[in-house]
Amino acid sequence: MKKTLLSSLVALGLTVLPLAAQAGTVTVKGSDTMVILVQRWAEAFMKKNPSMKIQVTGGGSGTGLAALQNGTTDIAMSSREMKKAEEDKLKATAKAEPTGIAVARDGVTFYVNESNTLDALTVEQLKDIYLGDTTSWKAVGGADAPIVLYSRENSSGTYVFVKETVLAGEDFASAAQTLPGTAAVVNAVAKEKNGIGYGGAAFAKGIKELKVKKGNEAFAPSAQNVKSGKYPLSRDLFFYLRNKPAGDVKAFIDFALSAEGQAIVTQVGYFPVK
Amino acid sequence: MFDRQAVMQEQDLAPPEALPMLSPEARRRQLKEKLIAWGVTAVAFTGIAALVLILVFVAKEALSLVTDAAAREEASFSKMFLPQLVRKGKPLAYVWQPVSGVPKVSMIPLFIGTLKTTAVSMLVAVPLGIFGALFAAEFAPRRLREVLKPTIELLAGIPSVVLGFFALMVMATFLQETFGFTSRLNAVVAGLGLALAIVPVIFTVTEDALTAVPRSYREASLALGATPWETAWKVVLPAAAPGILAACVLGFGRAIGETMIVLMASGNAAITSANLGDSVRSLSATIAAEMGEVVVGSPHYALLFFIGVELFLFTFVLNMLAGIWTKKVIQRLKGGAG
Repeated sequence: MKKTLLSSLVALGLTVLPLAAQAGTVTVKGSDTMVILVQRWAEAFMKKNPSMKIQVTGGGSGTGLAALQNGTTDIAMSSREMKKAEEDKLKATAKAEPTGIAVARDGVTFYVNESNTLDALTVEQLKDIYLGDTTSWKAVGGADAPIVLYSRENSSGTYVFVKETVLAGEDFASAAQTLPGTAAVVNAVAKEKNGIGYGGAAFAKGIKELKVKKGNEAFAPSAQNVKSGKYPLSRDLFFYLRNKPAGDVKAFIDFALSAEGQAIVTQVGYFPVK
Repeated sequence: MFDRQAVMQEQDLAPPEALPMLSPEARRRQLKEKLIAWGVTAVAFTGIAALVLILVFVAKEALSLVTDAAAREEASFSKMFLPQLVRKGKPLAYVWQPVSGVPKVSMIPLFIGTLKTTAVSMLVAVPLGIFGALFAAEFAPRRLREVLKPTIELLAGIPSVVLGFFALMVMATFLQETFGFTSRLNAVVAGLGLALAIVPVIFTVTEDALTAVPRSYREASLALGATPWETAWKVVLPAAAPGILAACVLGFGRAIGETMIVLMASGNAAITSANLGDSVRSLSATIAAEMGEVVVGSPHYALLFFIGVELFLFTFVLNMLAGIWTKKVIQRLKGGAG
């Protein structure tokens, strides 16, 4: 009884004090790819530190970095490195020394049906396939059969990732069938002998994960290769700050990089950096 | 709907005679009647008001395509309906790629997609529904009919997501193995999935129309020496034509607007081709797939609402044409009877 009274008093103190001081709120804004991940971090972090409030909103990497410049957010989430122009502008207008911290890694896996004889393709070959320039498996060293393309809906972060990193910003072929979710793509490829699809890491019957060739070496999309950056289709996900992290912001970033935070990264479907 | 109205008009009674003086109690009763009539009218108008409000909302969101300069630039009508340069060194084409450095917003592949799935489903569902109803109404023994009708009506109660799942998992594999389609999910799979949803609609309404044909028609036909088949085919079916058309229009409306089945079973690739074995992307599925993440107020957002307006217009025009045609048929039937 005494214990509950005491703990409730402590809880009361924890909730009232920050309200009085108007502190303990951290705003995070930016990349839509990272919203879900950072939201999970925020939930777990707030559970541990009930006095803290983390607000997470999306809008895109560019929006987040612009907000950082305007001073309307504490942390900008970005799925790309800050451009030189953005950095210079921030230095000039805000007299700040922008800091970028890689908090997770993102990688995309290409799948084919398990009966496909191919094991690895180059990024260039994947690009030609998804642009619709290569339409037969024979052209990339496979069987003489048409390639059936599977893609994701254009609202998906993975769609944008493949468009940016594999297609260099060009459009997917019209013939690419768009499906909702990695699971749907995996399922379709498992049933389609000549299919190819992409998505997060998946372990399912009937599909084979394609390795990606770089030079003479082929890299599997394993957690190890993604973490080390050897796998070509991977990228860092960043937190950008105006200055070196301090106070509440530092506490949140430390949590994100902790073993617990990095475990959440794996749960959400990305790759840890630590 | 419209045919029923026409029938009601036909049966309109002669104008009531002048009323005698009424007792207070009768007056009160009359007042009560009036109040009830007003109440019912208000309820009827709520439905109409809802329809108008929905249309106004959808059209308002699409309006920025005309009023907003940026939207006009990105999604002009010529970009929606004329072939555009998509990649350097390639011929002009119709492409739907609204999320892109240079958005491509051609409606043509989406029209073709909707047309293909709807055509396949109607080709299957109309004969199936009408002949099923003809059998149930004219030939089936009473006991069989009592089983048949509720069973088919039960099919209408299956949620479309279940039908879509069935089409996606079972029908797609079977059809690919049978016909050797290149892509597993295509217009035929989606169309057949849709047919499952609209057969019960067409069957139920047609069956009602056939049973509503007066017994005297059949008796007269049989008495003149026609076989039961001749009676059903040449007398009952034409007499029920307006109702059957209404059934087809209802089925068509469902097919063109149905989203879940098409979204799941069509593959959603916006391809401009006449091949039914190609994957298709329909208008309704496009709205469903892209509305979730679209930036509110962007040209893409307005474009999705514009697709909604188009879908509404299609069904509206079709309903109107069907209404006109029904009136004509009723006129002809009346003339023949007289």
